Amino acid sequence: MRDVAIIATAQSRHVRAAAATNEVELIQPVIQEATERSGVGRHDFDFTCSGSSDYLAGQPFSFVMTLDAVAAWPPISESHVEMDGAWALYEAWVKIQTGQADTALVYSYGKSSPGDLPRVLSRMLDPYYEAPMWPTSVDVAALQADMAIRAGVTSEKAMAEVAHRSRTAAASNPHAQLTSSPEPAELLEDDYLAQPLRRHDCAPITDGGVAVVLAAGDRARELCDRPAWIRGIDHRTDGHHLNLRDLTSSPSTAIAAEKAGVAAGPVQVAELHACFTHQEPILRAALGLGEDVTVNPSGGPLAANPMMAAGLIRLAEVANRIHSGEVDRGVAHATGGHALQHNLVAVLEGEG
Amino acid sequence: MSEPAPIPLPEGLWSQPTPDLSALGELADAEQVRTVRTPAKIVYDYTPGIATTRFLRAIKEKRLVGERCPETGKVYIPPRGVSPVAGLPTTEQVELGHDGTLVSFCIVNLDFTGNAQEIPYVSALILVDGSDIPIYGLVREIPYDEVRVGMRMRSVWVDDDELTTSFENIKWWAPNGEPDVPLSELAEYV
Repeated sequence: MRDVAIIATAQSRHVRAAAATNEVELIQPVIQEATERSGVGRHDFDFTCSGSSDYLAGQPFSFVMTLDAVAAWPPISESHVEMDGAWALYEAWVKIQTGQADTALVYSYGKSSPGDLPRVLSRMLDPYYEAPMWPTSVDVAALQADMAIRAGVTSEKAMAEVAHRSRTAAASNPHAQLTSSPEPAELLEDDYLAQPLRRHDCAPITDGGVAVVLAAGDRARELCDRPAWIRGIDHRTDGHHLNLRDLTSSPSTAIAAEKAGVAAGPVQVAELHACFTHQEPILRAALGLGEDVTVNPSGGPLAANPMMAAGLIRLAEVANRIHSGEVDRGVAHATGGHALQHNLVAVLEGEG
Repeated sequence: MSEPAPIPLPEGLWSQPTPDLSALGELADAEQVRTVRTPAKIVYDYTPGIATTRFLRAIKEKRLVGERCPETGKVYIPPRGVSPVAGLPTTEQVELGHDGTLVSFCIVNLDFTGNAQEIPYVSALILVDGSDIPIYGLVREIPYDEVRVGMRMRSVWVDDDELTTSFENIKWWAPNGEPDVPLSELAEYV
């Protein structure tokens, strides 16, 4: 295996609605910032890969509209996934493993504000039995939260504490959308949005994007003082039908964690793509994280949740803390689909 | 018909509990569902963006405004805000005229539009003077079999009191009477 590292990252200032800009105007400054930080020339990336969704933009092949931001003419080696950017990073990692690239630019973005996001996300469900009922993403998450509470995985009080801790932590995150929270006891006085979920249990709806630069081996060492090496990365999926799954656990995360080697060393920080408070304990259990592990010091998706980017942002946040020397080893998790259907786990390490 | 043999799954991949299918037997005599109809509709608000908004506000004033690439100097219309060659924002607005050159065309003999256009009609790519990427438009005021690449064209607009923030302000393009542009000068655009 080739050593591959994240050598630079950049994020937008995440907001509820970027009403003035179109998608390419939203992501171009982010790509430019990550590129300039990386030291790789704008026209010199061996590979470029992006993640986005036509269902957010409401138009087919919408990712083509943002290729302007990577100077894709004359043609470059480029690919796209209709998934979170964490999977675009995975594709770029594979591309570098094949030896066809030494550097890669990975970016993803989501502008959820043009549509009605919870209803848009219902289109991810199976088209025959589940999608025709138009359950929103919040409805599906509420089913999972209810089962998790009944199974003793969490409680409404513990969930409120996750919300409070996350959004308070986000006060130090210059990109975050929500950066404060009332005390847990006060949160629990709110009405239910979809029982047992209250508004604070749900990630906000966000417009934003992220860009990450990968480099292999000595190229990474030459460009970055302290590269964040991807020591392990794996992704697994659970069944699509909700009734095929035990929603109170995340077996696919557990397998990905094992394959990525999470337990091979101490975990100092974990950034988890938990868009609902009850999902954090489910993921902690699947990843085998102890109580001593700092989870989502950036605030996580509860503080900013740009669709298609929030997973890649988890990798970027862990990488930033390795770049700065704050930690030596961390875990990033990304998810796709409803109720933690598809999960990616990466282990990042600094050296020296 | 015999049951297909179960497919053996590799160890570790099938992470979920085996689904309970015992209730399916009770459905043996139920009427089969052969089709389902599941209408779906999602409404979106479209955001043109900063550069395209500048373009649309200008076109309401019967002006065509492109934006220049800071690296190559090429002018894009309608602008999307970023140069596809440089990957950098286009920040300089460039006032363009109402004339252009036909660089490609198609004689349409199929009714795509539900009688909105009488067939045959000509759809063309027009390189507006001062810009570097052609835009779509209809060609009229000339028999379709006389349309040719290199023809000089002028845009024909709706009446001034009908101008809106829409590309449809240009009804069609018509010959402007100037001599054709030699193909050699259009090599980059055809």
